[in-house]
Amino acid sequence: MRRFKEFIIEKLVFLSGILVILFVCLIFVFLLKEGLSFFKDVKLSAFLLGKYWYPISEPPRFGILPLILGSLFVTLGAVLFAVPLSIGAAFYVAEIAPARIRDFLKTGIEILASIPSVVLGFVGMITLVPWIKAIFHVPTGLTALAGSIMLGFMAMPTIISISEDAITAVPRQYKEGSIALGATRWQTMYRVTIHAAKPGIIAACMLGVGRVIGETMAVMMITGNAAVIPRTFLQPVRTLTATIAAEMGEVVHGSAHYHALFSIGIILFLITFMINITADFFLHRVRTK
Amino acid sequence: MEHNVCFSVRDLDIRFGAVHALHRVSCDIARNGILGAIGPANSGKTTFLRALNRLNETQDNYRMSGSILLEGRDINKDFKPEGLRRRVGMIFALPMPLPLSIYENIAFGPRRQGINDKRRLDAAVEESLRSAFLWEEVKDRLKSAATKLSGGQQQRLCIARTLAVKPDVILFDEPCSGLDPISTAKVEESMVVLKKKYTIVLVTNNTKQAARVSDRVAFFLMGDLIEEDVTDRIFTSPKDKRTEDYIVGKFG
Repeated sequence: MRRFKEFIIEKLVFLSGILVILFVCLIFVFLLKEGLSFFKDVKLSAFLLGKYWYPISEPPRFGILPLILGSLFVTLGAVLFAVPLSIGAAFYVAEIAPARIRDFLKTGIEILASIPSVVLGFVGMITLVPWIKAIFHVPTGLTALAGSIMLGFMAMPTIISISEDAITAVPRQYKEGSIALGATRWQTMYRVTIHAAKPGIIAACMLGVGRVIGETMAVMMITGNAAVIPRTFLQPVRTLTATIAAEMGEVVHGSAHYHALFSIGIILFLITFMINITADFFLHRVRTK
Repeated sequence: MEHNVCFSVRDLDIRFGAVHALHRVSCDIARNGILGAIGPANSGKTTFLRALNRLNETQDNYRMSGSILLEGRDINKDFKPEGLRRRVGMIFALPMPLPLSIYENIAFGPRRQGINDKRRLDAAVEESLRSAFLWEEVKDRLKSAATKLSGGQQQRLCIARTLAVKPDVILFDEPCSGLDPISTAKVEESMVVLKKKYTIVLVTNNTKQAARVSDRVAFFLMGDLIEEDVTDRIFTSPKDKRTEDYIVGKFG
């Protein structure tokens, strides 16, 4: 009887492990099946490099270059905003802050991570968007800049907590060795600690970027959703994710537009997949070192 | 004798939180000699050593009283910690080069003092490596990673990088605990040469090592400095029974 129980439990655990992989495969297959048939009608180059996204005009045009650039602008802005701030915060939490402030800050970072993105988008819409409109004297505050800042907030918890782990994992002997050679605390941090923690910090940033690219709700609310090729950060943009979310509800099932949205899904999948692989590569390097 | 004193320690008392690590220790450390500090684990000898370059300060809950004078100046009042540590270098138990090239490991100290002239750095690197008996082994691969060296080489690299800062005193914290006998012999050999120019304090678990290289020996036990005397006298006719018991191997 006991033998039988063991057998059942073992198989159940095995099954749950396999199922996860199976689901991923099924999702991917479904995505490919729905997305690839789109390229029977439209050339890949026309899709990726086309400048106009008019899916319901006659004839429809399916160029996603403005959407790719929209995602790129918002992501780039978020990185410029979030990465320096997050690395600074990670250093403060890991190296400088006294124990009590450290615990307080870590809780704060966790809370920031747990804010639903729709709430962030909402707050951004009410506060940030009017500010941008007033400060830069632009016709609308719904811009790439607004999206970048709000998404920066979303990426920060990821970057901070993983960077902090990497900094804390730097052997004490490195720091002591540097200090014993007459280096100041700042010199030690700047010359030794950041150097030793670099792979972990890069991985943290990549994972943060992954989060930003995949984010939908907040960008849909505050970037203005105009599918035009952006030239500055003070222009409305539309991202890949927002396009799918906004149009999937109204699209005619089985139409070219429908398949085009799936193709966008494939592109997104490939981008985030590559980012995660890169992050994994750096994290793995930390472990084997 | 007085003019020949390098460190003068008076009533040094150290606590880490509730742990009373060192109990009112007083002693003088002579210039250009090797003082060996021996004693069992947790005897306070490493705490004593790390007090001399104020490295204990990097730990939480550290409190001290008493005074340590280096050439007549109070190390806790008259020095900045970085300035003190440039005069009082330290070699650790685990040889842990920084994750940089061999060259940059040695140049690390001088660079932090603002020396960036390539010729001066080159000269400092070569001179330090020669003094640590490592130059011949690494001169063709100065740009390769220091972490690729063997354990003994890494320890001599750590000695070299300390020498590059041009200290007056070098503290050795069980420098041979992870090394094989041949590497140990090389490190000991370099210590004996180095004492001509530097004052050395050596903490060691190996009483034989203390007997081989030290001029004077201090015996620590449970936070007390039991006695401190010329090496020969400690090993042949110690004043305290506990010292004798430790040396002949009754405990520890």
